Amino acid sequence: MKLTLWTYEGPPHIGAMRIATAMQGVHYVLHAPQGDTYADLLFTMIERRDRRPPVTYTTFQARDLGSDTAELFKTTAREAYERFQPEALLVGASCTAELIQDDPGGLTAALGLPIPVVPLELPAYQKKENWGAAETFYQVVRTLAGPLAPPPGTARAARDPARRPRCNILGPTALGFRHRDDVVEITKLLATLGIDVAVVAPAGARPADIARLGEADFNVVLYPEVAMQAAKWLTRMFGQPATTVVPLGVGATRDFVREVAQLAGVDPTPALGEDATRLPWYSRSVDSTYLTGKRVFIFGDATHAVAAARIAAEEFGFTVVGLGTYSREFAREVRAAAEKYGIEALITDDYLEVESAVAALHPELVLGTQMERHIAKRLGVPCAVISAPVHVQDFPARYAPQMGYEGANVVFDTWVHPLMMGLEEHLITMFREDFEFHDGAAASHLGTVAARAPSAALADVQASRPAPQLAAVTASAPTAAAAAATPATIGWDAEAEKELQKIPFFVRGKARRNTERYAAENGVATITVGTLYDAKAHFGR
Amino acid sequence: MSAASEFVPLQQLRSERGQRAVFCGLTGIIWLHRKIQDAFFLVVGSRTCAHLIQSAAGVMIFAEPRFATAIIDDRDLAGLADANDELDRVVTQLLERRPDIRLLFLVGSCPSEVIKLDLSRAATRLSKSFEPRVRIRNYSGSGIETTFTQGEDACLAALAPTLPVTAEKSLLVVGALPDVVEDQFRRLFAALGIGPVNFFPPRRSTELPPVGPGTRFLLAQPFLADTARALGERGAVQIPAPFPLGAEGTTAWLQAAATEWHVEPGRFAAVTGPGHERAQRSLSRHRDQLAGKRVFFFPDSQLEVPLARFLSRELGMQLTEVGTPYLHREHLAPELALLPEGTKVVEGQHVDNQLDRCRAERPDIVVCGLGLANPLEAEGLTTKWSIELVFTPIHGYEQAGDLAELFARPLNRRLRLAV
Ligand code: SF4
Ligand code: SF4
Repeated sequence: MKLTLWTYEGPPHIGAMRIATAMQGVHYVLHAPQGDTYADLLFTMIERRDRRPPVTYTTFQARDLGSDTAELFKTTAREAYERFQPEALLVGASCTAELIQDDPGGLTAALGLPIPVVPLELPAYQKKENWGAAETFYQVVRTLAGPLAPPPGTARAARDPARRPRCNILGPTALGFRHRDDVVEITKLLATLGIDVAVVAPAGARPADIARLGEADFNVVLYPEVAMQAAKWLTRMFGQPATTVVPLGVGATRDFVREVAQLAGVDPTPALGEDATRLPWYSRSVDSTYLTGKRVFIFGDATHAVAAARIAAEEFGFTVVGLGTYSREFAREVRAAAEKYGIEALITDDYLEVESAVAALHPELVLGTQMERHIAKRLGVPCAVISAPVHVQDFPARYAPQMGYEGANVVFDTWVHPLMMGLEEHLITMFREDFEFHDGAAASHLGTVAARAPSAALADVQASRPAPQLAAVTASAPTAAAAAATPATIGWDAEAEKELQKIPFFVRGKARRNTERYAAENGVATITVGTLYDAKAHFGR
Repeated sequence: MSAASEFVPLQQLRSERGQRAVFCGLTGIIWLHRKIQDAFFLVVGSRTCAHLIQSAAGVMIFAEPRFATAIIDDRDLAGLADANDELDRVVTQLLERRPDIRLLFLVGSCPSEVIKLDLSRAATRLSKSFEPRVRIRNYSGSGIETTFTQGEDACLAALAPTLPVTAEKSLLVVGALPDVVEDQFRRLFAALGIGPVNFFPPRRSTELPPVGPGTRFLLAQPFLADTARALGERGAVQIPAPFPLGAEGTTAWLQAAATEWHVEPGRFAAVTGPGHERAQRSLSRHRDQLAGKRVFFFPDSQLEVPLARFLSRELGMQLTEVGTPYLHREHLAPELALLPEGTKVVEGQHVDNQLDRCRAERPDIVVCGLGLANPLEAEGLTTKWSIELVFTPIHGYEQAGDLAELFARPLNRRLRLAV
């Protein structure tokens, strides 16, 4: 049993839903109680899908447990087939149905439906969402493409030189972080090399498309978390090679271009142009001096986290102070990457552990998921989102890929934006004696930062200021109260408190925390101006 | 109360079975933990349960929310003794971390029910170690037993036996209401001379309301069947009334208590008049837009029947179908009596058939869950997310206009948009 406040990944059947929902012409019959239907809203609300996910839930109730849940499953599967007329049916169980062991696969086989059926065994008490997506995609590919595989040991025939090379793009799913736009961007990139895309899967693919995956010359694995397992199987069965580089960032995109050019037997130069992306020049321009050496903390799925670390270090000149992932399946890759930056990788799906890591490392920028966005917001650190789990904001109306050259442009803007706001803060500090500016006026993207450090002086300032901060104050009240409760024994003398007020407000909370920490560690009961500067010297880098 | 058998036949009442598209009772944690500010809700369940609450909560507001999931894993499934030890370990860990917690609910889920993890025994066992600092109770929010708002019912029913005893004649208002609404009702009851008045659940677990044979209780929510029964077992007597939604509903609800307390009609009119009138004024702003519009309810919170009554009687809307996950014939009798004759009320759900009926009806507005809203909008129907009706203050005079606005806004949006 594990105490869990927030989760990075849903259960494995959510991964299966991401595959089913991304595809066309499939339906997923899920043996599950009614509450599990919440999953629909992930797709219809977060991703704004205009159709219900193609999922029918049996929604068995306690009274069914005594009688026949297996019969209910069969009826549901039969009716779903008749109503939705899918070209392939996925069947499986969620956590509760796994316990009652009704065997959806066997029950569906007994129905003798005239379409391929993919039984999914997704152990809900061991595995999680991304694993479920990978396993589902693999089972779909195996079931639908398997019958067309050549006999084992058959050598792959060389491409007819008259035909343009073609590949499949594997990995994009429903609810994926920018998958929609990445596919477009990478398809364009491949086109500049004269490479055609045969099938994109699972997103947009029908069962018949999956069946012809083996026809392409090679596979582009865009999201290893989802597609690696299927790609490996395709390599084994069809002799199709697969890409290993994920084109996130300028350097990686160039590596990717070289890799696919080699796999396709074409010249990479058309896609290696210096002016393909603005990121390199933007990073070299003097304006970016203020980016140099910024301390960044990175957390996300393995692919995005590792790629972000490379971009941060090589393409922004940041210092990577933290790197981690919740994808335990890819822990090895992330550990290896972290070693390059002389740090130890944080492999965890415990949100609180990530929060304390961020707090301890005092980064100047956090690159993370929606979870880290909240952590950063609370700690008053700028943040940009680089990975799933996703939020409605991660499906922007505009074209905003992360991959390829345009992706690099988007990444530059996205990461610099919150730091620009940091610059805005310096301006606020410069002008803070002017009446338009005041302690309450934190940059709006930092939300509650100004309300985080309640002191007598600050409370006065805020009391004299009307409404705007009110929402922020209320929202953070429980946290602030909890924080205030901890070092209750340490006090500030009046002069130290006054000195603290002279520190720019956007670092004041940090100064206060550090000083109190220093005082606590050194047994100081009353903080004086001296303690404040001792602490500054102690923590200063 | 024989009202049920008298009134139900006036309606076309039907039950159906099939796929349900409704949350489970765990969802109630989202508003219950906000209401009872020193309570913690520990779901004993699966990753699905944790994901459900997180997704339904929408955003993470707090570093450490007052709810969490003890996620059962393979090792727990191996043997029940282990699961109990594990649970004790998790609870101890949690309570050490959160010294501010005074009341801990162990919330059962489908997996914990299916493996027959006895949470009531666990609560008793753990109480021995943690009382009096922390009280530990349990209830089930599992999807195999509870639908959405029934989670609140289960939670309150679990608390009911532990309420302090009183012999005094008092009024108990039952059902979680936002604090602002509670305060409005408190002022009204005070002005009517009705008291003492207590609210259940309270804002803090240390302020549990007393109950006894002198207690008369008003339900503020229609989904509290088990709670009402448990309070009845404590000797409390229910005051039957429509629910306080809209001007009419609120007045009728207050009137029921006033009658019980023999409040003079003149005084009642003087106290409730201004609020009633204000509510009507705020409703009139939306009536032009809403009158005559046809509304279709998918089942969700059990608030559907009172809402339908409000929309039809106070805003002139037409009811095409009123779906409700469960219909408590007795508690809803005063509401059913107020529905237009022949209203189609459907209990339970077969979501695909219901979608077919909805599409055939082409209502002007569909009240439905979040899973259905965008797909229906994409088909050209206008929708109102039902979950907002549970999360927003809608009860009482001062919220009547807001409640109407919740229905007016989607129509308004469609009217304004030219894209
Ligand atoms: S329906 Fe059951 S398994 Fe699903 S989230 Fe609710 S309690 Fe958990
Ligand atoms: S207002 Fe907010 S979003 Fe706009 S620039 Fe400022 S911080 Fe960014």
